[in-house]
Amino acid sequence: MVQLANEAERAVKRATRAAYGATLAELAAEGLPVVAVDADLTGSTTTKKLADAGYPERLFNCGIAEQNMVGVAAGLAAAGHVAFTGSFAVFGTGRAYDQIRNTVCYSNLDVKVAPTHAGVSVGPDGGSHQMLEDVSLMRGLPNMRVLVPADYAAARSAIRLAAATPGPVYVRMGRASVPAVYADGVELELGRAYVLREGADATVVACGVEVEQALKAAEALAAQGVDVEVIDAFSVKPLDEGTILASARKTGRVVVAEEHSVCGGLGSAVAEALARELPTPAEFVGMRDVFGKSGEFEELMEYFGLGSAAIVEAVERVMAR
Amino acid sequence: MTELERRANEMRADIVRMIAEAGSGHPGGSLSCADILTALYFGGVMEHDPANPQWEGRDRFVLAKGHAAPALYAALAHAGYFPREELMTLRKLGSRLQGHPDSNQVPGVEVSTGSLGQGLSVAAGMAAGLALDGRPQTVFALLGDGECQEGQVWEAAMFAAHRGLDNLVAVVDRNCLQIDGNTADVCDPGDIAQKLAAFGWAVRETDGHDIPALVEALSAAKADRGGKPHAIVARTVKGKGVSFMENQAGWHGKAPNAEQTQIALADLAALSGEGE
Repeated sequence: MVQLANEAERAVKRATRAAYGATLAELAAEGLPVVAVDADLTGSTTTKKLADAGYPERLFNCGIAEQNMVGVAAGLAAAGHVAFTGSFAVFGTGRAYDQIRNTVCYSNLDVKVAPTHAGVSVGPDGGSHQMLEDVSLMRGLPNMRVLVPADYAAARSAIRLAAATPGPVYVRMGRASVPAVYADGVELELGRAYVLREGADATVVACGVEVEQALKAAEALAAQGVDVEVIDAFSVKPLDEGTILASARKTGRVVVAEEHSVCGGLGSAVAEALARELPTPAEFVGMRDVFGKSGEFEELMEYFGLGSAAIVEAVERVMAR
Repeated sequence: MTELERRANEMRADIVRMIAEAGSGHPGGSLSCADILTALYFGGVMEHDPANPQWEGRDRFVLAKGHAAPALYAALAHAGYFPREELMTLRKLGSRLQGHPDSNQVPGVEVSTGSLGQGLSVAAGMAAGLALDGRPQTVFALLGDGECQEGQVWEAAMFAAHRGLDNLVAVVDRNCLQIDGNTADVCDPGDIAQKLAAFGWAVRETDGHDIPALVEALSAAKADRGGKPHAIVARTVKGKGVSFMENQAGWHGKAPNAEQTQIALADLAALSGEGE
């Protein structure tokens, strides 16, 4: 079983994005030909740390031009480099979708689309900046793999995994500081889901910041005598259907939680697997086909029904079915 | 007619034949850039090895105007990347020769293109990547003039000049036509040479059907590592070499029927001095 954070590690809150530049610098120091291509957000995404670590020639700032950012990354990849893109998730995927589709994925190039500030974690910037459809967009692309890390350690692992995996990979990172789920230095695998807590009554499949919320919900439900299994589906694509179906077979009840639209993301991926292999009652925690709005991250998690309380309610609903 | 002109004309005949056989495709813009591709692939401008398409020492070519795939396929087949007979499989199920170039299938195609406006960014990234590794190779990109209506072209133009990518040469196939008509009527890209110069590029203008002039301009651009990316605005005629296609927007994306194909091939044969 994968190693979880100890108490001291859980006490330290860090953003997934904080792992980005630091891990790129690590990879560069290890001799990997990594480059980062950003769009005027090198401080926010932390790709600047690659330059600060002594590799300024490997950081390409395209200015506010996300389409060119993706194209340049594709060219760098075609010339033999492992190219990571930056920007916020809303611009780094939506604005450059056709570039990601037609140049990166269709050519199957070694480009890692790894924007930050995904979901409601961008908070006060409001609905225009809160990207809640990115997993849906990226999951639908042939050749693309999709990783949604839960915390800093998982994000570091996701970046390393993306660099080591040939071809396009999407890594979704957030702005908000979140508690550690995993022990520092954890190594997650592509195509694997992780059972973080075993239970018999219901299965909660989560990704990203919802993993922490799912674990909290499981604690609360345990106090009510409900025994919940929590799975981190960190690799949304390829999805570890085996682990999820085995759990669903055991519990007969599934809740999927994601800080993303309920249309097309992890919930849809899990529902596709369940519908095909093992029809199982399921409930979905996520953005209900609406845009976000300004507010602090924690406020928005509650406002939009993305927090642990919403997961508890969803488990209760699915148990009642 | 020189050997290079004869080559360009044979490529044009192949373009007409393969599009006629496919029953669809883009003859106008393929014919307009045939001389440019001849200069690049057969005029001694690009270093490349058809027997080893991934040779590290090769110069790179990006067909930003991916719908001119028949012209690129003709050049690659004539160069020996794959058999010429395969050209007749264009756009057919099971063929490697997709309607727009697929780099995962066709030897010699560096990156898949077809969605306009993206190729110059990719070429700039390649040029930056080669420079980062201290490699001396040059990256060539061929853009359409209508393509220059895409905003991303100018994002890339700004980036390439900012990074001083003097190992990048962009050729603009300035045939002044696009699907809906004259570029000047649809949404005028204006003086593309002046615009690129204003973005900080070293710009040359040339007759896009004068192969020696093209070879000279391309070679001079390749040799000049003066800190600026290079653009060559090549004045061309859409549908060049086929009487009824020349300067006709209607032949942007339409295959000739059997009778039209005979006339087109006769036109091209007459240009080669081979009356039919």
